[in-house]
Amino acid sequence: MMGNMMINTPFFGFHSHSRLASFMLAMVLLLGILLTGVARAGIEVREFDDPQQEALYNQLMFELRCLVCQNENLAASNADLAKDLRDEVYEMVTVQKLGEKEVKAYLVARYGDFVLYNPPVKKSTWLLWFGPLIMLLTGFVILVWVTKKKRVDNDTALNKAKRDEVRKLLDAEE
Amino acid sequence: MSRYLILVPFVIFLALAGLLWMGLSIDPRHVPSPLIGKPAPAFNLPQLYKEGKVSPQDLKGKVWVLNVWASWCVSCRAEHEVVTEFVKKYKVDVLGLNYKDYATEEYGDAAKQWLARYGNPYSKIAVDTDGRVGIDWGVYGVPESFVIDQKGVIRYKFTGPLKTQDVEETLAPLIQRLRAEKVPVEGNKG
Repeated sequence: MMGNMMINTPFFGFHSHSRLASFMLAMVLLLGILLTGVARAGIEVREFDDPQQEALYNQLMFELRCLVCQNENLAASNADLAKDLRDEVYEMVTVQKLGEKEVKAYLVARYGDFVLYNPPVKKSTWLLWFGPLIMLLTGFVILVWVTKKKRVDNDTALNKAKRDEVRKLLDAEE
Repeated sequence: MSRYLILVPFVIFLALAGLLWMGLSIDPRHVPSPLIGKPAPAFNLPQLYKEGKVSPQDLKGKVWVLNVWASWCVSCRAEHEVVTEFVKKYKVDVLGLNYKDYATEEYGDAAKQWLARYGNPYSKIAVDTDGRVGIDWGVYGVPESFVIDQKGVIRYKFTGPLKTQDVEETLAPLIQRLRAEKVPVEGNKG
């Protein structure tokens, strides 16, 4: 037992070392997250006279897709087009004083619904919106169906057959 | 009935596999343009070589192609030969939209140098310095090509570098079809 402890001691040392290492790693990751935050906020410095326009601009930046790097929104993308679109949206919000709907309509008319991260509910997106619900309901119906059937089988037919079989076997034993 | 129940997971699997298989053939880069069937967005841009402006209005009554390109765009170079051949073979007016070539100092006169080197197949070249016209046309990557009919309506959009096959199988037949359309008569869509 003692010998075991002795052997283990350096491992304890190693253990605390690895704890330090994982702490460092966590710190590095945290720093990374903070840095990306800084980078994001620092794409362009925008000035707004109206806090409502600022809120709308920021909201749109997160809800509009960059079409070049398709899995990024305008806020996150470094693509040239994303920058142009940010300028365009900024102008639409501050100079033309357009609302959320108008800005989105303007971009959808040019780039299609794809520019929106949140696809609108319409005929072609019907399956996208309600498909999961349909699948869930189908699954639920199947579940109910199967379990109900099982219970019936267990209570009567199957058990009776099994019981007879067991009895037969036991009888043969004797 | 319960005998068939065992098939349910299999059927679901087949349906899912079918969907996923279909998904493989869908190109996420291909974003259908909402501009198809709509009038070509207007612009009035300076020309690259000549004085004066150029506008889609100038080409009304013709079937023409708007080709979005830039000297900094690598795949435009790959496409350029195909466009040149396309113009030569089918006598199509291809209007070049020089996209954001003059937007930065470092590129300077790169567009002209580029054309001097690779040839100029365009009937006219519109210079879209800040890319605003590009946004109006829903351009999200160069090269892109639009086919506009005699009434000035966008009928087709091609994203990415054109290949000879695209010209022969898609563009040329479409252009011939659009040319055959009788213009003043409404509802005569090929």
